[in-house]
Amino acid sequence: MDEPTSTSAATAIDVAHVARLARLALSPDELARLQADLGRILGYVDELRALDTADVPAMSHPLPFSSPYRPDEAGAALPRETALAGAAANDGEAFIVPKVV
Amino acid sequence: MDPTRLTLVEQTRLFKSGELGAVELVEAHLARIDRLDDALGAFLAVDADAALACARALDARRAAGEALGRLAGAVIAVKDQIVTRGLVTTAGSKILAGWVPPYDATAVARLRQADAIVIGKTNQDELGMGSSTELSAFKPAKNPWDLARVPGGSSGGSAVAVAAHLAAAALGTDTGGSIRQPASFCGLVGVKPTYGRVSRHGAIAYASSLDQIGPLTRSVADAALVLEAIAGQDPHDQTSLPMPAPGLTAIGPHVDLGGLRVGVPDEYLGDGVAPDVRERVRHALARLSDEGATVVPISLPHTRYAVATYYLVATAEASSNLARFDGIRYGHRAAAPADLAELFSKTRAEGFGPEVKRRIMLGTFALSSGYYDAYYLQAQKVRTLIRRDFDQAFAAVDLIAGPTSPVTAWPHGERTSDPLSMYLADIFTVPASLAGLPALSLPVGRDAHGLPVGLQLVAPPLQEVRLLQIAHGLETLLGRESCPFGAEVAA
Repeated sequence: MDEPTSTSAATAIDVAHVARLARLALSPDELARLQADLGRILGYVDELRALDTADVPAMSHPLPFSSPYRPDEAGAALPRETALAGAAANDGEAFIVPKVV
Repeated sequence: MDPTRLTLVEQTRLFKSGELGAVELVEAHLARIDRLDDALGAFLAVDADAALACARALDARRAAGEALGRLAGAVIAVKDQIVTRGLVTTAGSKILAGWVPPYDATAVARLRQADAIVIGKTNQDELGMGSSTELSAFKPAKNPWDLARVPGGSSGGSAVAVAAHLAAAALGTDTGGSIRQPASFCGLVGVKPTYGRVSRHGAIAYASSLDQIGPLTRSVADAALVLEAIAGQDPHDQTSLPMPAPGLTAIGPHVDLGGLRVGVPDEYLGDGVAPDVRERVRHALARLSDEGATVVPISLPHTRYAVATYYLVATAEASSNLARFDGIRYGHRAAAPADLAELFSKTRAEGFGPEVKRRIMLGTFALSSGYYDAYYLQAQKVRTLIRRDFDQAFAAVDLIAGPTSPVTAWPHGERTSDPLSMYLADIFTVPASLAGLPALSLPVGRDAHGLPVGLQLVAPPLQEVRLLQIAHGLETLLGRESCPFGAEVAA
């Protein structure tokens, strides 16, 4: 795999740290492959950093419409058994997760 | 007459006039799916029982003289990214294998309200991430113009289903080109509406500031009819726009193209574009000129930054959106985790495919402490520059035209080992996505291999009616071509 051509963060990316942030339990093989892939991709996207954007606002929405609020009233909701039906582990009342505390 | 050869407009007209039954329509499409889809891989789920039940109810309502919706009798397939009540929805991912949604996406609910018949769910790149439909967790889809080639993606199954006449139309989702590029590769009309035109409620989120639902069809009039049915504000999507659905069915057979100013960006017909693609696009532009349109060279100077911008913005949003797949409320759940953190990380590692992991990792990095300003924030600023390019161009032209894709459908496997080469195939579709603009791909002929070439038309915000009118005029000039795959299979 080619090394990224820039000397940016691309070369220094700590994929194990990023995988922890992303909650992905990746194998050493996967991490090695991602190290190379992300290095190449970040090497490519680094061209953006050369653009002068000091006076350019970040785009937050492509169209200038403000998001409306609906009236603050309770609407229809899924019945409990329907909401739980897709869960691999539930007791008919709640989702089951491993003990947290 | 084989009803699967009809356009959607013709199917609904003949159904309403009593010349064609809804059951007859559904059975003809089911028979084709049964015969042909093993070779194509267009569908992940086919809902024969529900489609036939819906058809029988429609036939009964028509017999009773009841009012019928504008899509009555139309057989429509839905990309698996879009949730369907009671019908398994996976978005092409193992992490949702077997999931049966408890609700319909707004676009699907509106199809049903218009009396369309939903026939099944179409194959796609996992969670919308890919340009070839080879990255489906279940099976690749094949291009009906040449089975050795990809149909494009991520809405590749939708494109295959419509091109091979397994459905009259399909819904797709488009984040950076996922409707337009497969439409181009399969010789179809594909529309990405203005951001906010169609509710995203029930479209499994990939990149929320870019995702839009839209139609893939065999004619411009078909696309207009479907878009009219699904567009409009929705209380379930705060970004849906507060204006009524455009009256698209008013698009007439005769469109005056005189006086139209069509901008052609220098950046869109450069060296990276296959010669045959360039030639077909130039030919289509020449036909517009013949009708009195003016073709104006323009520049969109930030085009070269669009792919980099897109892959930072989209992956950052994806890393956040895909956090919902944690093994708790729906979908895959890893067995016997030691604790909650391990439940999350094992579930996700087992459920997501390599491309999804790659994009989650890239997006997580772009948002992470110390890199946010340099990557994500910078990309959102460049996005403003890309939008300004379009704003400046639209001061001088009505519409922007160029190739939908720099190449036609490539052979299976050609780009799967090189993610960056797959990303670069999106160069002409991502700019309109980043700018939130309506864009359409129209078939404009075929290359030396017989593969369809798509012309992309981009309009200013909310100008879908104009966009479709002009596309309709051009379609009338160029004629429509039907994919011959499976033509020998009569209903």
